[in-house]
Amino acid sequence: MITYYITSHSSSFSRFSTKKFDVFSFLEMCNLCKHPPGSCQVPTRRPSSFMSQASPPPILSVAPTRALMDEAIRVRVDNLPPGAPVTLRCLHHSEDKDYWEAYGHYISDPTGAVSVADDVSVGGTYRGKEIMGLLWSMRPVPGSRTGLRLRKRNVCTPMLFTISVYGGHVSHDFSSRRPLAEELTERWYMAPGVRRLELKDRGVRGTLFIPSGPGPFPGLLDMWGGGGGLLEYRSALLASHGYVSLALEYFAPGELASTDLELKYFEAAFELIKQHPAVVADKVGIFGLSLGGIVAIHMTAESTVVKPACCICISGSHLYLRNQPLWNIHQPMLESGRKVHMDEEQNVIWRDISLPISSDLSRKTDVRRINCPLLLVIGQDDQNHPAAQYAEDMERMMRSVGKEHLLTRLEYPDAGHLIEPPYSPHFRATNFMWDYKKAKVTMLWGGQTKCHSDAQEDSWKKMLAFLRQHLYSPHLPKARM
Amino acid sequence: MWRQQRSVHLSVRPSRGLVDEKVAILVQSAPPGARITLCAFHRCEDRHGWEAFAHYLTDAAGSLNVSRDPSLGGTYSGVEQMGLFWSIRPVPGSHPGLRLRKKNVQTPMEFTISVYQDHFTDFTDQVPLASQTVERWYMAPGVLRTPIKDHELTATLFLPTGPGPFPAILDLWGGGGQLVEYRAALLASHGFATLALDYMTPKITVETGKMVDNTYFERAFTFLQQHPGVLAERVAMLGLSFGVCVTLKMAAYSHVVKPRCAVCISGSHVQPVDGTMADILSYFDRNGHKIQLNDENQAILRNLLLPIPTDPAFKVDVGRVQCPLLVVAGEDDQNWPAAESAQDMKEMMERAGNAHLLTVLSYPNAGHLLEPPYSPHTRASSFRSVGSREKITALWGGHCAAHSLAQEDAWKKTLDFLRHHLYS
Repeated sequence: MITYYITSHSSSFSRFSTKKFDVFSFLEMCNLCKHPPGSCQVPTRRPSSFMSQASPPPILSVAPTRALMDEAIRVRVDNLPPGAPVTLRCLHHSEDKDYWEAYGHYISDPTGAVSVADDVSVGGTYRGKEIMGLLWSMRPVPGSRTGLRLRKRNVCTPMLFTISVYGGHVSHDFSSRRPLAEELTERWYMAPGVRRLELKDRGVRGTLFIPSGPGPFPGLLDMWGGGGGLLEYRSALLASHGYVSLALEYFAPGELASTDLELKYFEAAFELIKQHPAVVADKVGIFGLSLGGIVAIHMTAESTVVKPACCICISGSHLYLRNQPLWNIHQPMLESGRKVHMDEEQNVIWRDISLPISSDLSRKTDVRRINCPLLLVIGQDDQNHPAAQYAEDMERMMRSVGKEHLLTRLEYPDAGHLIEPPYSPHFRATNFMWDYKKAKVTMLWGGQTKCHSDAQEDSWKKMLAFLRQHLYSPHLPKARM
Repeated sequence: MWRQQRSVHLSVRPSRGLVDEKVAILVQSAPPGARITLCAFHRCEDRHGWEAFAHYLTDAAGSLNVSRDPSLGGTYSGVEQMGLFWSIRPVPGSHPGLRLRKKNVQTPMEFTISVYQDHFTDFTDQVPLASQTVERWYMAPGVLRTPIKDHELTATLFLPTGPGPFPAILDLWGGGGQLVEYRAALLASHGFATLALDYMTPKITVETGKMVDNTYFERAFTFLQQHPGVLAERVAMLGLSFGVCVTLKMAAYSHVVKPRCAVCISGSHVQPVDGTMADILSYFDRNGHKIQLNDENQAILRNLLLPIPTDPAFKVDVGRVQCPLLVVAGEDDQNWPAAESAQDMKEMMERAGNAHLLTVLSYPNAGHLLEPPYSPHTRASSFRSVGSREKITALWGGHCAAHSLAQEDAWKKTLDFLRHHLYS
């Protein structure tokens, strides 16, 4: 059970001499206002004229105050003067110690209220009526390191977001201003009662998440992309939705060049889930993104050992380099170097490496052999992998054997490669270690923020419905969604 | 038996919420038209088990939506989105006279919501199809809890998140004493700096044997006013039961305590005017012969103050109150004559010309213990009043469904009242 108390990040707390702080919150506050610990000062800027110290502050409410990462929140402000320009800002201090922010410019209505669900943001990191704009439009604060990506490593604790109201339409220097009101909200990847187990069994490495309840449950083999390491958050979230989910580690950091990954490893992982006492053996699916999606499709079609009940592939395809180590797909060889482009910002574009699509089976999985429902999620602005073109080819191949009813394609215009759970910020280009070249590059993933965020929200909902349909309901004659 | 053929999908959202937030409960992937039972279970800090259950039929798609579909029976019936929370009661075989009150407000109450195949009333040895853990919190993230160590007060201050300064509330419970924090924590989660004050069993009374006098409350009120996180001219009082005696006395007579507004729940204005706390308690004692016992040996205390006196020496002159007053009464209150008192107060204020300050919320079939919403209804429980020093089973009154509706409505209106008078 997590019990803690974090005070507000406002530097005006130094006025409250009778209060007791816990050390963590005091340091947290000082990091934010950038004054040395113990010397925080009330900012010299006076509060704006309509909000003198004797007046009550606006009422900021955020509900729910503790939510799962894929739950929406309602943010509203009351008790403002009518027609008042205000800024709503969301701030997050990441595990990597970077600050991420989003903000919207609003004007209060005649009753002195702003409702993010109903009103329009006229400026900021998002515009228009955007219920969750304060979350999905977050980006590193000005002055941050470049090429950052926001990914939670410790899923047992929540992400903390501070939502603040400022007078006027503010776009910079937030930390030197005093907010009118603030609320803290927690967002969790793990629902209460979800259990987390580190797994090292029969050579398989990963983390298993088991939903709360007696079970048994359907299972999922969850595979990320070729970035290496182990990211647990999607599995934790899937378990919060009722699936035993194994976040599989298949590229330990630093092990890339020497890894001789074979299909056997993934088959062993799938079997491990299937045999787990909390799992319904014939209701295990495969979920993969990017390289994980490529593996997912290959297993689903060609494994003689593994028979998934359904398969989801995000930003992946049926590309497969037969008789080559798996990491060759992920880390292109030098001879493909000429197909690697760069954009005007020196971001590396890998999408053309995998083109053209081969006409024979030497470089692709035989998807005609798939016998279960398959859901493809594709960003049409994917700059890392030409998922959309491959999807066309997959459909053609499956139609040739009368299996096109098993395939569902969700293709999103202007969405990029990294289609994550909803309300996660969008990363158009981030730092990436290109092991073969032993170089750190900035990889272009693609996508336009607003469209990409819509794609994340829509696809997640549809993926959950797909999983529920194929793993929770009994088999239906029409597998198509 | 369809259990082996499928897994049923249960979702309870949000899985972490404040105690006054609603949850949406959905069951999917069950067979169509199936008989299922939903059950909520909570093990409280005293280790007693509490449960609620309801019988449902899934629809043609094999789904159940608690916000939309009616319970066919159980601890509640009809369409009741939060029925699994407010209708909980001690599990069969429990100790009699229990009451559910959270002591440690820094941790959540954990509920397990489960789905069972078929319609049950006894859950021993039954294995659910699915279950989910839900956390219910009295404190929002960022609310700061500070036990007060100086000022000779036995109190805890809860401050909302944010720079403030905030309007404030002095929060008073009743004759059972102790320092009860949960309502203050919840009020702080709604933007009010709230001081939970123990005035029946504070340290000073425990040490000296003497009850506190009016200066104790003045000190508490002034403490709030002078706190840098508080807007000095926007401090209210909220009292329940005996706490109403204190609230009305201060609001009408104190030269120091000038609440911006006051909320009086399940109480009365009947008391010897100009009396100390000890005087008020002995006034009740003298009427002790009026206590009745019902067939179940439960004590009905409401008659101690009835009939409402006509002698002005025995009721607070509410005509002197100068701030907005919200009076909340359960018409089935068996412990205090709250509804009759509210009526009398109204008449007094009409005669005095300040009735425009008064709002009365009177709820049919609601009892004495009007708590935050979705708290279980306690019709009777073990009680030791500081005044009487003996343990009895007090009949609080109220009928579950009506009482729960009253709690939900009264809380909403109380928050609106406080926001209106403290924030505008």
